[in-house]
Amino acid sequence: MRIFDPHIHMTSRTTDDYEAMHAAGVRAVVEPAFWLGQPRTSPASFVDYFDSLLGWEPFRAAQYGIAHHCTIALNPKEANDSRCTPVLDLLPRYLVKDNVVAVGEIGYDSMTPAEDTALATQLQLAADHELPALVHTPHRDKLAGLRRTLDVVQESALPLERVLIDHLNETTVKEAKDAGCWLGFSVYPDTKMDEDRMVAILREYGPEQVLVNSAADWGKSDPLKTRKVGDAMLAAGFDEDTVDRVLWRNPVAFYGLSGRLTLDLTDTEATHEGNSILRGGA
Amino acid sequence: MSHSPRTLTTGLPAVADLRSRLDAALGDAARTWLDQAVTAAAASRSSDTATPAAPVQTAPVRTVPSQTAPAQAAPTQAPSVQATSAEATSARARAAAHLPAPGPTPSWELRFAEAGRRCGPEHADTARLVLLHAARADTATLARLYEQGTATERRAVLAALPHLVPGPDALPLVEDALRTNDTRLVAVALGPYAAEHLAPHDWRHAVLKCLFTGVPVDAVAGLAHRARADTELARMLGDYAAERTAAGRTVPGDLYRVLALTDPPTATDAHAPATTGPGDRAASPDHPAVADPDHPSATSPGRPAAPVPLAPPSMSTGEDQEY
Repeated sequence: MRIFDPHIHMTSRTTDDYEAMHAAGVRAVVEPAFWLGQPRTSPASFVDYFDSLLGWEPFRAAQYGIAHHCTIALNPKEANDSRCTPVLDLLPRYLVKDNVVAVGEIGYDSMTPAEDTALATQLQLAADHELPALVHTPHRDKLAGLRRTLDVVQESALPLERVLIDHLNETTVKEAKDAGCWLGFSVYPDTKMDEDRMVAILREYGPEQVLVNSAADWGKSDPLKTRKVGDAMLAAGFDEDTVDRVLWRNPVAFYGLSGRLTLDLTDTEATHEGNSILRGGA
Repeated sequence: MSHSPRTLTTGLPAVADLRSRLDAALGDAARTWLDQAVTAAAASRSSDTATPAAPVQTAPVRTVPSQTAPAQAAPTQAPSVQATSAEATSARARAAAHLPAPGPTPSWELRFAEAGRRCGPEHADTARLVLLHAARADTATLARLYEQGTATERRAVLAALPHLVPGPDALPLVEDALRTNDTRLVAVALGPYAAEHLAPHDWRHAVLKCLFTGVPVDAVAGLAHRARADTELARMLGDYAAERTAAGRTVPGDLYRVLALTDPPTATDAHAPATTGPGDRAASPDHPAVADPDHPSATSPGRPAAPVPLAPPSMSTGEDQEY
């Protein structure tokens, strides 16, 4: 089973996780820029974080045979902090980078005017840079947040079919699907989705444009949830081709909209002038 | 600290040759893109006149000349940032001082960033080198591209240094790369530019870091030339071998290769590459030919009087060797 986790914050994970993910079949990940638990207080912190997503973290992933891409954005939580919003001015120089496959994650947290501005600004940046967008839906007041998100996207220059709406659940999937977006589901140990509910949604709505992620980060989360969903799908009678579609081909198709996805990493990045770097680590 | 200016870089491939090979390998679309990018880069030479050729400085103070306000010379900007950082300066002002100013990036620099997806990852390094060369990027420009670059962009900047920077001004970029644990950067940082300019202490530690992180020492340019008669390097290698052995671990085979190169010139001259030249290493203040009281290498427990037993002939792997 080959797995592409389209949303996971590897910066917060250990090398044990990388090993276990590879053993479970994960061969590619996308790490969206998000907040770090501890609030940042200046754009300089974002610069170092973005540079890590484009430097150290792909290197670390490559050592375990996993291709790593990222999405870059000012996240909605910190869009409310005037100390952080100047980072919006720095985004254009990041959005041209080869390894950036979307603008994200953007969207709403508390649905404030500052979040409106950051969302609209960054949807425009995605259109300008020919990138798709990863838009998460808020944890609180989710359905209202989804509707407001869809309204803002529809008013933007970015077509809905270049938008992945994430953290969907039973209450939001239908409207997101009807709008024509890509559909993202985060499977968590306690909150968000779980494996069995994910299978039920796939039965009801089909596998088209559905992406499943672990969204694993520094909180209680599980980087192997993608594999567990695959196993649950097989146990529920889905065939292997459908599992492959949801766990590999759909994320490849969505992030492939960027034209920047390179998945032959183990043949290129993991070697330098023909020499393996896999022994590394000081 | 410079070692025989240009003698170590005479073996560099000509950029024109690299360009020809790249053109032959690229498809039509990529070749057209490269032509346009090179044209833009060449055009930037005359318009880019406001950037002073200041020595590179790296973090924590960013001294990248502003695109929109080139008159803000780095040397005057940097100390004021340091002095006011603890004051109640607004975050935005601090950000503006520390960070590259937003504004239009020269088109060739955008193309430098996107070379991977335009030419393919396997050709990105060469394409970026061709662009840097076409732009005749100066040290300040190279520093900005390095600081703002992804790991692959940084690799390209490091590889371009011997082609574009005649003196040691860009050494801070090499030193930054050598501080990382990204072996892609460590390997390319030890190219001909480092061979020519890197200080002996830093160079020895870089060689040792290669052994630690598994970077093949074949990546180290001028290895035979710089290692020759370096008894301090020999001591460090011996100590490292002893540490590995004490821990019950194998000694990297490359360690013995380098150790053999530290033998006196009479032992290695016959195998020394022709590119090493006569050199001026005896003039280096840190050269081990001069006795260093802080590093009594002759009496170091990790450095036996005769290093030869550490270096079995024809050894390539270091595995299962008696020490």
